[in-house]
Amino acid sequence: MADVTLRKLVKMYDQVQAVKGIDLEIKDKEFVVLVGPSGCGKSTTLRMIAGLEEISGGQILIDDDVVNDVPPKDRDIAMVFQNYALYPHMTVHENMSFGLRLKKFPKAEIAKRVGEAARILDITELLERKPKALSGGQRQRVAMGRAIVRNPKVFLFDEPLSNLDAKLRVQMRIEIKKVHQTVRTTTVYVTHDQIEAMTLADRVVVMNGGVIEQVGTPQELYHNPRTRFVAAFIGSPSMNFVPCRLESHADQLAVRISNEIAFFMPEQKAARYKKLSGDGQLLLGLRPEHLTDMRQHMEPGCVPFDAQLEVTEPMGMETFVYFKMNGADMCGRVNPNAGALDGGPLKMAADLNNMHLIDAKTGLVL
Amino acid sequence: MAVSTTIDKVAPDKTPDKTGPRRPVVYRSLSSDRKWALRWSYFFLVLFCIFFLMPPVYMLITSLKTSAEISADPATTNPWWVYKPTLENYVELLTSSQFLTFFKNSIIVAVSTVIITMLIAIPAAFSLARMKFWGSTTLATGVFLTYLVPDTLLFIPLFKMLATLRDWTGIELFNRWYVLLVIYPTLTVPFCTWIMIGYFASIPKELDEAAIIDGATWWQTLTKIFIPVALPGLIAATIFAFTVSWAQFLYPLAFTTSNDQLVLPVGIISSLIKGDVFNWGQIMTGALLGAAPPLIIYAFLMDYYIAGLTAGATKG
Repeated sequence: MADVTLRKLVKMYDQVQAVKGIDLEIKDKEFVVLVGPSGCGKSTTLRMIAGLEEISGGQILIDDDVVNDVPPKDRDIAMVFQNYALYPHMTVHENMSFGLRLKKFPKAEIAKRVGEAARILDITELLERKPKALSGGQRQRVAMGRAIVRNPKVFLFDEPLSNLDAKLRVQMRIEIKKVHQTVRTTTVYVTHDQIEAMTLADRVVVMNGGVIEQVGTPQELYHNPRTRFVAAFIGSPSMNFVPCRLESHADQLAVRISNEIAFFMPEQKAARYKKLSGDGQLLLGLRPEHLTDMRQHMEPGCVPFDAQLEVTEPMGMETFVYFKMNGADMCGRVNPNAGALDGGPLKMAADLNNMHLIDAKTGLVL
Repeated sequence: MAVSTTIDKVAPDKTPDKTGPRRPVVYRSLSSDRKWALRWSYFFLVLFCIFFLMPPVYMLITSLKTSAEISADPATTNPWWVYKPTLENYVELLTSSQFLTFFKNSIIVAVSTVIITMLIAIPAAFSLARMKFWGSTTLATGVFLTYLVPDTLLFIPLFKMLATLRDWTGIELFNRWYVLLVIYPTLTVPFCTWIMIGYFASIPKELDEAAIIDGATWWQTLTKIFIPVALPGLIAATIFAFTVSWAQFLYPLAFTTSNDQLVLPVGIISSLIKGDVFNWGQIMTGALLGAAPPLIIYAFLMDYYIAGLTAGATKG
């Protein structure tokens, strides 16, 4: 059980800065997910915490001790890799006990810990098998078991579910969450999958281009993204962005998208954006669920508009509709009974209570 | 008549001619394609087998003949047939202490060379494949380039080096079988290191990272993870080192002379060829007996050897 602190952490590869001085505090027992597109520095950060990559600048602290020059084995961490990294010539039991055997733990203690971990992960009957006789999901469990038996201060997960098929991934996601609820070890988890990040994390760290874009709970990131990148990255299908400008009409504020389309804002949004009035370089951000079909009882702040649909994707519970708004590609989520047809017209509504305005130049959410 | 002509004329214009000249299509089943491929494969395999087995078969035939029969006129007798088979050559060789000395020397030299080679090549390959240090890539290429230099170019400079070494240390290095333990590894270590580098490099990096996080030292990672995982490659390298040192002819010819120090390939030639008298029966017998140990080792480790040679083709 431990805190992990990153202070101005930098990683240089030759002349390229892969991680550009990030600060992060991970509290004891917390489950933190680093998420971002490939090459954003998330795996490098994790590997620096593990001690597998040298640190070019800044500090890493585990429990208030600077571990910059501490070798991995003395950091008291355990890591689960994307490709499981099980020792192919050892049985599951031997794989899980390898670290303990190296540390010369007594046999009884090893047996106890392996048995306990196997029970948590439900792999007791696999202990005598070799990794090649296991399925992907079972291998991943063993990899987790190897981490659990060590009873480390910190768990590090490096995209552990990426090699599994979609169904198994969902299942293992729940397993990981359960395991964390049981053992309550501080966990740093790296993934490029925002759904994994949202579902697993106590806090999500969104990284992009070697810097942290935003840190927050999944709900915070979803509802109050701080940058366009976070707004677009979190949520699936991702947020729609359409260029717009603000117009004042008497005491009301409107978002003008084109000569034909303008949406009047609800009061609390108008109050918020009043001082921006007149700025031309803006993007209107709306999540697909805030572009719906017209319903009989619309909340105040929902503005109707006509859409010419291009493609529809029936998902069963709802239908995704794709259309263009002043040239920008948009995605909306409508009721399957709304009569959405490929190439057909649809009366839709934009829920401006949940709109975001983004400075097109800086990418910051205003 | 006129009507029909019109139809004849019009019809082809309205429906474009899709038939045109065509290559006749022969539909052959996949299994018949496969059958032919197999037939051709077998044909060439048999051809090559005959070609490559001819010399050993001739050796075997000759070893079973008496000297008189070997020197018989091929015009009157068939040299590919043994008329009076005898084990005389075998008995004579196996009871001669000289031949047994050669055999013993060969085994000591080959086994020791394998051990020395592995003790050097495995740690060398591990460090070159895994411990990234300044110049490691260049060094790995250098190891390979060393292997490309033919040994026929090296034995004179080596001789000179050993002469200098002998003068410095006062240890007699010439005409002693143990000098071969210094020389053979110059042939086997580079190649074995190269094989092992490739093998170690095919082991996923996460495996040693996992071991390091589990608390293993480099040495433990090598002995507990890398060597067991790369065992097929290790066996391939072992067989190679054994075969090279067992069959080496040039170096022992140059560095050893007296009968008690000779290894098998040189010993057979120097003791069974007296001037221009070739004792063919015993030469062939000796060669056949000499070929036995590598053959036995191959037979036992064949599966590993093939696995070793094809490793890296697919990620295993």
